[in-house]
Amino acid sequence: MSHKYMPHSEEDIKVMLDKVGVKNIDELYSDVPSEVILERDYDIPSCMSEIELRNHFKELADKNKQLIIFGGQGAYDHYSPSVIPHLLSRSEFYTAYTPYQPEISQGTLQYIFEYQSMISELTGMEATNASMYDGATAAAEALFMLVASSRKKNRVLISATVNDQVRKVVETYTKFHGVDLTVIPEKDGVTDLESLNTELEKGDVAGAMLPTPNKYGIIEDFSGVAEKIHAAKAFFAIYADPSTLAVLKTPAEWGADVACGDGQTLGMPLSFGGPYLGFISCSKAMLRKMPGRIVGATKDIDGKRGFVLTLQAREQHIRREKATSNICSNQSLMALYATIYIALLGDKGLKEVNKLSCDGAHYLYNKLIATGKFHPVYDKPFLKEFVVKSDLDLKKINDRLLQNGIMGGILLGDDKVEFAVTEKRSKEEIDNLVNLMLEA
Amino acid sequence: MKNYDKIIFELSQPGRQGYSLPKDNYGTDGLSGIPAELLREKDAELPEVSELDVVRHYTNLSNKNFGVDTGFYPLGSCTMKYNPKINEELCALPAFTSLHPQQNEESVQGALELYYNLQQMLSELAGLKEFTLNPYAGAHGELTGLMVMKKYHEAKGDHKRTKVIVPDSAHGTNPASAMVAGLEVVEVKSKPNGSIDVEDLKPLLDDTVAGIMMTNPNTLGMFETEITEIAKLVHEAGGLLYYDGANLNPLLGKVRPGDMGFDIMHINLHKTFSTPHGGGGPGSGPVGVAPHLVKHLPNPRVVKDENGKFHITSNNEDALGNISSFLGNFGVMMRAYAYILTLGKENIKNVGPLATLNANYIKENLKDDYLLPIEGVCKHEFVFDGLRDKSTEVTTLNVAKRLLDYGFHAPTIYFPLLFHESMMIEPTETESKDTLDQFIAVMHTIAKEAKENPELVKNAPNNTIVRKLDETTAAKNPILTFKALKENEA
Repeated sequence: MSHKYMPHSEEDIKVMLDKVGVKNIDELYSDVPSEVILERDYDIPSCMSEIELRNHFKELADKNKQLIIFGGQGAYDHYSPSVIPHLLSRSEFYTAYTPYQPEISQGTLQYIFEYQSMISELTGMEATNASMYDGATAAAEALFMLVASSRKKNRVLISATVNDQVRKVVETYTKFHGVDLTVIPEKDGVTDLESLNTELEKGDVAGAMLPTPNKYGIIEDFSGVAEKIHAAKAFFAIYADPSTLAVLKTPAEWGADVACGDGQTLGMPLSFGGPYLGFISCSKAMLRKMPGRIVGATKDIDGKRGFVLTLQAREQHIRREKATSNICSNQSLMALYATIYIALLGDKGLKEVNKLSCDGAHYLYNKLIATGKFHPVYDKPFLKEFVVKSDLDLKKINDRLLQNGIMGGILLGDDKVEFAVTEKRSKEEIDNLVNLMLEA
Repeated sequence: MKNYDKIIFELSQPGRQGYSLPKDNYGTDGLSGIPAELLREKDAELPEVSELDVVRHYTNLSNKNFGVDTGFYPLGSCTMKYNPKINEELCALPAFTSLHPQQNEESVQGALELYYNLQQMLSELAGLKEFTLNPYAGAHGELTGLMVMKKYHEAKGDHKRTKVIVPDSAHGTNPASAMVAGLEVVEVKSKPNGSIDVEDLKPLLDDTVAGIMMTNPNTLGMFETEITEIAKLVHEAGGLLYYDGANLNPLLGKVRPGDMGFDIMHINLHKTFSTPHGGGGPGSGPVGVAPHLVKHLPNPRVVKDENGKFHITSNNEDALGNISSFLGNFGVMMRAYAYILTLGKENIKNVGPLATLNANYIKENLKDDYLLPIEGVCKHEFVFDGLRDKSTEVTTLNVAKRLLDYGFHAPTIYFPLLFHESMMIEPTETESKDTLDQFIAVMHTIAKEAKENPELVKNAPNNTIVRKLDETTAAKNPILTFKALKENEA
C-alpha cells in the first residue's frame, strides 16, 4: 500500500485494525450492501512517477500555443507582477480553508478585509463581499439582491451591451430561480435608454444592470439614469471592469446601488478562463442582502485588533432553505491575488495601466482606420477595447495571425472584429499585427 | 515581527511605488477621446508602498494562518488532505496559464485534452456517464445538478415536479441550492442513528417530487445501508437521486455513486482530489450524470471527434444553459488531473479505506472521554456530542479553542444540527498514525483539563496571536473597510 501520499506501514495498519476491532480493511465496509461494492480496479491509467508526470504535462503543453493576445471580451492579457505568485505560494495561505477559527486565520481574514477595502475604493461603494466565482455569477447574484431588496417586484432588466457570456449565465440563473428578465436592446452600440425608460414606467421593475465599459469596449454615459431608475422605485446595478475604475467614473459616482464584475483584469493570468474573481460591492442600505462571506474588524478580549467573518445570519449554513444564495467556497486566493496586485500598483500604477492600454488601443484603431480597409462602427469613447468593420476575409486574417503566433481580434459575425490592447502590447507588436493583417 | 499588526494601508507613504511599467511612447496627454464627464471625479485612496513593503506585509500575514502544511486539520466534511507540491508547479506552466479562453481551438488542444481526460476519469470513478467541469465549487455543482434535475422533468413536460427531498442532517448548502434553483425543499427525518427513515420517506414520494439530495456516507459519517431500497423507491416515484459529493472520499476504491443508483452528483475537487482549499476557494465542483441526463449538461462542453481532435461546443439546445463565463476553474482541474495520475489505478483504491481506517482509529481511542452518540463502524468521519462528562460545563467550542493552543486545527463544530455539542472529526488518508496518536493524546489531555482545571479550557485559546474575538459587536456595528475603521477609531 506504500505511496508518497499515504504514510501507512503494514505494521501501522495492523495496530490500527486491532484497536478498531476488525480483522481487515474490508470489514470496515461490511455495512455496505455487497451489490454496490466495486470488485475491480478502476479503468484509469496506471500511476505515474514525478518524472513521467512532468513529461506528460510537457506533451500536453506542447499542444498549446502561447500567443501575443489582442482578444478581450471579458478576459484581458494584463501584466502580472512577479511578486504575486511568490506570495500566493505561501502554503499558510493556500492550504488553509474558510477561516472558521479566526484565532488561527488572521492572515486570511485580514487580506479579505484589505481586499474589501480596495474594491470598495475602486467602486466607490461602502461594502464589498469576500468574492464570488466569476463576473457572470456575480452579476446573476447581484440581480437577485435587487429583487430581494425590492418588495414584491420580480422583474429585472439587463442591457444587451453586457458581455454575452455574462448575460447567458444571468439568463440561466433567473430562469431557474423564477425571476423575470428583460433585455434592454442596444442602439448605436450602447444601451437604448428610451427602452429602459419604457420598461421602468411599467412599474414592476426591481432593478436594472448596465455595463461600463460595455461589451464593445464603449464607455456608456449614464447621466440621469440613476434618477430615472430610483424614481421607478427600482435599484441600479453596474457591471464594471474594476481595473478601469481607477480612471472611469465609478458606479457610486453614477449613483448605482450595487456594483459587480470580474476581477480578472487585476493582473490575473488568462488561465484558459479560470480561476478568475467575481466581486460584488454595494451601498450600506443593501448590505444585509449581499450574498457570500464578509469580514469585519473587531477586537479580542485583550483589546487587540482582529478580524472575523461577520453578518453570517445571511448565509446558507444558518438560513438553509430560507437563504437567498448558496455560495460558500468562493475565490478567496484570487481575492488575495487582486489585493497584492492593487497594493503593488496603487492608484498611480492603475492609472498608468489604463493610460498605456488606452493609448495602445487608440494607436491600433487609428492605424487600422488609416489603412482604408477598416472602418469605424460606433463613434463612441472607448478605453482598451473597440470594434471595427471590414470587407476583408477576417477569418482568413485571423488564421494567418495564428500561424504567426498572434491571437487577433475576436470576430463579431463576418464583417466585424473586436480588439483589446493592454499595457503588455508594445508599439512594435501593434505595428507587426497591422502589417500581417494587410498581407495579401 | 511576531507582533506585526499593520494593515497594508497603514504602510502607505506618498510617492512610494511597488511596480514598473514600460514608458508611454505614444506622445499623448490624458486618455484619448474620453470626455471628462465619463472620468472618475475623486481618486481612489489606495496604498502607496514599495515592493519589499508588500512582500514583508503578506509574508507576515501568512504567518498568522494555519494550513494543512502547518499541521493536522481534522475539519469534518472538508477533507483537508495534503496538497501535493508538484501539482502547484504543473498548473503554473505558462503554456496553460497564458491561454485566452477564446483562443482558436487549434491552439489549445493540450488544454482541451486535459479537460476531456479528466471528464472521462471522473466518469469512471463515479460510475456515471459524463461530467461537466464548469461548476466553480461544491455549492455551484449542487446548483448545476439541481438545474439538470429540473430541466429533465420540464423537458418531459412534467411541470408538477417542484419538490426536492432533503434529509434534516444534510449540509446547509443542499436546501439553499434547491432554493436558488427554484425548487421547494421538503425535509425527511433521520432515525436516531442518523440515517434516512425510509418509512418517513415513503409518504413524501408523490408526483410532485423532482428528486432527493443525499450524501452517503451521511453527515454523521455513517453509510446509508438502505440506499438501494431508497433508490428504487425514488425512481419508481419518477424522481431522480442527487449525490452530494462532499463525502465521496471514503468511497474511493470501494463504491461508485452511480452504482448505488444516483443519477446526478457533484465532486469537490478541492476535497477528494487534493486541490488546495485556498482559504475558501478557488475550488471546483464538476457535475456528473447518468446517460439520460447528458444532453441537459450546461454549455459549453468539451468533446472529442473521430480524428482525436478536441472541440468546444456551445449550442446544445437541450442544455440547461450556461452557468460559468467559460470552462470553469481550469487551474484547479489541472491539479486534480495530476493527482489522479500520480495515484493511478494501483493506489487510488486505497484512499477511501485508509481514510476510513484513520477515522475509526481516532473514534475508538477517544470514545471513553467523548460522547459517541452512534456506535459502530464509521466511514471517513464521525461525530462526538461533546465531552462525556457534562458536569464540567466545558463545551465543544471550548474544546475546539483549546486544540488551537496545542497547535491543531479544530474539528467542524455544532454541525450536524442533530446534536447540541457536535464535534465532527475527519482525518484524511494522508495523515500518519503518528499524527493521529498525537491528536488523540492532546484530546485526552483536554478532557483531563476539563475535569481538573475547567477554567483553563473555557478561557482558551490562550497562546494564539489574537484571543477570543468580539463577534457580537462586529455584527452589530459592521466595520468592513479600512476607511470605516479609521472613522470608527477617530
